[in-house]
Amino acid sequence: MQTYFIELSYLLASILFILGLKGLSHPETAKRGMHLAEFGMLMAIVGTLMHHEIISYTWIITGLVVGSVVGLAMGFWVPMTAMPQRTALSHAFGAFAAALVGISEFYRSGGHLERITMGALGFEVMLGALTTTGSLLAFAKLQGMVRGTPMTYKGQNVFNMALLTTTIGIFIYLIVVPGSMPLFFTMVGLAFVFGLLLVMPIGSADMPVVMSLLNSYAGLASAATGFVLNNKVLIIAGTLDGFSGFILSVLMCRAMNRSMTNVLFGAFGSAATAASGGSEQTGSMREVSLEDVATQLAYANKVVFVPGYGLATAQAQHAVRELADVLEKRGVTVKYGIHPVAGRMPGHMNVLLAEANVPYSALYELEQINPEFSTTDVSVVVGANDVVNPDARENPSSPIAGMPILDVDRSKSVIVLKRGQGKGFSGLENPLFFKPVTGMLYGDAKETLTKLVQAVQHA
Amino acid sequence: MSSETLISALYVFALAAFLGYQVISRVPPLLHTPLMSATNAISGISLVGSIVTAGAHYNTVSTILGFVAVVCSTTNVVGGFVITDRMLRMFKKKK
Repeated sequence: MQTYFIELSYLLASILFILGLKGLSHPETAKRGMHLAEFGMLMAIVGTLMHHEIISYTWIITGLVVGSVVGLAMGFWVPMTAMPQRTALSHAFGAFAAALVGISEFYRSGGHLERITMGALGFEVMLGALTTTGSLLAFAKLQGMVRGTPMTYKGQNVFNMALLTTTIGIFIYLIVVPGSMPLFFTMVGLAFVFGLLLVMPIGSADMPVVMSLLNSYAGLASAATGFVLNNKVLIIAGTLDGFSGFILSVLMCRAMNRSMTNVLFGAFGSAATAASGGSEQTGSMREVSLEDVATQLAYANKVVFVPGYGLATAQAQHAVRELADVLEKRGVTVKYGIHPVAGRMPGHMNVLLAEANVPYSALYELEQINPEFSTTDVSVVVGANDVVNPDARENPSSPIAGMPILDVDRSKSVIVLKRGQGKGFSGLENPLFFKPVTGMLYGDAKETLTKLVQAVQHA
Repeated sequence: MSSETLISALYVFALAAFLGYQVISRVPPLLHTPLMSATNAISGISLVGSIVTAGAHYNTVSTILGFVAVVCSTTNVVGGFVITDRMLRMFKKKK
């Protein structure tokens, strides 16, 4: 009877999870979808608490309370600009939990598991361990605790491959000859180290791909836990998470014109990309005055804002919206062009702008906004660089050649808000800045935008 | 694990993968950040495994590992859903 109730609660949870994700296909239905998923989760937890093997509730209740307090604190206080860090941390937590359950199962059996179970458990523990440390390093890079530039050394690829091969070798040995505790813990330790090595050579600009990939690994670790415990809801939820991460990483790859192999062995590709140079630029950048920009904006018909990670670092999302409000009051059409890899995780810019009360109907994807630039009077680039670099379109020898970009240079005027004259994160020269159509406006984005609001009001 | 159990688990895995692909490829880029935090919260369902490990008293090590796992998964479930809700409330149609 008990078992039936538990299994039924899991079935209900599985259905509600799928309906919840289906709701995310539109902003209007998304909230309701999430409530369904939350209810499903509650049912599954209540069902599990009736499990016949549970003897004491002390540690369970304590764990639930501690986790809820930490979760609520994170949930309510993490600012939207820090969403990539928060997500990296939660990938680490999820993967760590999966790894711990796996280690516990192995320890309990004294290492004498059936081969099939050991196979699933190996995947669970290895994926869990490498995702834990990989995500923690990604968190540290995003938080600025570790420098965001790729960390490379000679022979890195060979060393990583050797380590991975050793880890997998031990895994296969454990399946064939079960029972060795020391070997098992060596494998776990190596997987923890491998996670760090995997993320080390990846630069901050490639973070959207890495985040999606770690998401995928964390999900697959959960799914593997489901195989070990023979728990279907775990398999379903883990697989959904794993595939969601996989799909996102494919989309992110496509948006950067990088191959899937390049991403799966991401460490190797990005190091090479960062090393090769861009085209040398001659000519000078044209600096424009604030008043000039204000006049251009005030008398334009259509203005498109193109935000990048610089918008997030400058916390300028509210200032952009204020400027857009003033312009719209004057009858200017305002749209936002969002590149898929703008920011540090998929969809990051949309969330930031939504937080600043920009209606989602004004947010346009790359394919939707690109045909519109030819009829745009002023494009304002705020803290974005590579996603508007025309080299991607025109220079086949550029490291970012073939990457789809926002064609801001086709609009009548381009204003680039930039902190200083230096190169962007990727270290590439951006020919857009040297085009006659482009005007550079230096300074802190938030400050500049706030001044523009006043200037436009007086224009 | 018997081979029948494995096969039925593989069925579930394969079907969930196809379904997941269908459902998730319909999510617009607009909602990719909420999608990531939502799937994260949902995969916190590994909590059900952790709960049994923490409460079953197999041995002290398992109980400790289970307890830490419960804390981690609960943080993900609660934090993930709260943040997803917070983000989704910000997406408005028109002022």
